Amino acid sequence: MDTNEHEHVIEVTDLRRVYGGGFEAVRGITFSVRRGEVFALLGTNGAGKTSTVEVLEGLAAPSGGRVRVLGHDPHTERAAVRPRTGVMLQEGGFPSELTVAETARMWAGCTSGARPVAEALALVGLERRAAVRVKQLSGGERRRLDLALALLGEPEVLFLDEPTTGLDAEGRRDTWELVRALRDGGTTVLLTTHYLEEAEGLADRLAIMSEGRIAVTGTPAEVTAGRPSRISFELPAGYFVGDLPPLGELGVVGHEVDGRVVRLRTHELQRAATGVLVWAERAGIELRRLEMRSASLEEAFLGIAREQEVAV
Amino acid sequence: MNAVATTPAGRMRALGRAELSLLGRNRNAVVTALFVPLALPFSVRPAIDQMDLKGEGLSVGSVMLTAAIGFSLLFAVYSSLVSAFVARREELVLKRLRTGELGDSEILAGTALPAVCLGFVQSVLLAAACVLLLDAGAPAIPQLAFLGLLFGLVLCAALAALTASVTRTAESAQVTALPVVLVSMMGSGIIVPLQLLSDRVADVCRFLPLSPAIRLIGGGWTGDLSAYDALTAVLTALAWTVLAVFAVRRWFRWEPRR
Repeated sequence: MDTNEHEHVIEVTDLRRVYGGGFEAVRGITFSVRRGEVFALLGTNGAGKTSTVEVLEGLAAPSGGRVRVLGHDPHTERAAVRPRTGVMLQEGGFPSELTVAETARMWAGCTSGARPVAEALALVGLERRAAVRVKQLSGGERRRLDLALALLGEPEVLFLDEPTTGLDAEGRRDTWELVRALRDGGTTVLLTTHYLEEAEGLADRLAIMSEGRIAVTGTPAEVTAGRPSRISFELPAGYFVGDLPPLGELGVVGHEVDGRVVRLRTHELQRAATGVLVWAERAGIELRRLEMRSASLEEAFLGIAREQEVAV
Repeated sequence: MNAVATTPAGRMRALGRAELSLLGRNRNAVVTALFVPLALPFSVRPAIDQMDLKGEGLSVGSVMLTAAIGFSLLFAVYSSLVSAFVARREELVLKRLRTGELGDSEILAGTALPAVCLGFVQSVLLAAACVLLLDAGAPAIPQLAFLGLLFGLVLCAALAALTASVTRTAESAQVTALPVVLVSMMGSGIIVPLQLLSDRVADVCRFLPLSPAIRLIGGGWTGDLSAYDALTAVLTALAWTVLAVFAVRRWFRWEPRR
């Protein structure tokens, strides 16, 4: 087995994908994923995440550019790639009249080096539902069955398209733990999500997609660097933003007022927060619903959406 | 890696086994596949009794035999596979299967496997019933009849995949399957032996997709088929099979329309 840590397991170069009707869903994106890395594609609905992943999974040929998975073209060199990858599609894909165990057994018969069916179901906590028909599963249970099948062949590379959509909080946490355990075991994971905390908590690196392009890419820290922190609070009746000390002196770079709620953006969170709190203390007022947040992916995400609107 | 690699045969067996369970759980499919081919030939029996068979060297037994096998091909294989292909596509099962190790042709073949086997077993049983109950007699050239049946099974599966590609929902499969079913029943010698049609009509009908298969089955049974006719039928069947397989590879829809 190759142990080169810097080996690029997934390489995407200038990928474009145009649908039959002429819609350009992916407009020239480039990124790569190293062995053992968890890489997240983040974006709103329609950003081009699934269109990208489908090309990586080999379900569709690229309209332009080049894609390599484990050194092969996943579309034309299917037989070389498939035994080493696991795929979780965004939805469905199981006959509703089969039971969970029958579905897993069928899939195991089509998967090289498949683990025992019972073990795969236990991995996602579905062992007690083995005899239940797929149509009677909840949405979350179906996602977990999908994950179990993706893991059946102990793949080197795992594609997860919105793995936690439809899961409750507990199911989501379980899935995250599973993904972390897989990463620790050396599995390379590419996942798409529109949950920011999922990308922030799981991904070693991520790319934010918007309208078919990659707007920004890097580690979560790199992506959030340069983004402002936020302070928000509610002023009591009779007080207005103008009553605060001059915002520029507090290091505030932007602000919004929404009724009584004031939102400040700053690159110097401590300085701005101290200024606001000292002012409130001296004025003898209570700031209700007070919140402070360091620069987060959410801020990066919203910032990119804002820039997009301005560009349009 | 010391993992045990799968083989095409093993993968198709796993898929075929799942499809067999699904076939058994679909009441519509069971009725279509099991009872229509058994009931229909006997319902057309009065019409067959009216035909002038003797003049053409045909017997009630041999005409019933090709009718019964024809119905089995059209309903147990063709119609039920149109529904199966559409249902699997709309549930995204085909898309899911394509993310795995199965090749495209393995997915189609594995999905078709139970219906094709059912059609084969049914045809053999119907033939035996016609021999025992209707004095159809033993087949004169069994190899020809067998070859005809194989062509019929493969063509029905391929035509079903093509029909599925122009069918949007599992419900509309009953409508989109009708043209092939009706044209074949009337024009491929299933209800009306081609020998009884006017020469000009019969010459055209001989080139319908299922005609050569039915002709080989009937001719193989009665022995009433010249070497030239047999060869023409085999070549026509072969041409249709190649054409259908090519068309499936080219135009089969793996995912629902958006």
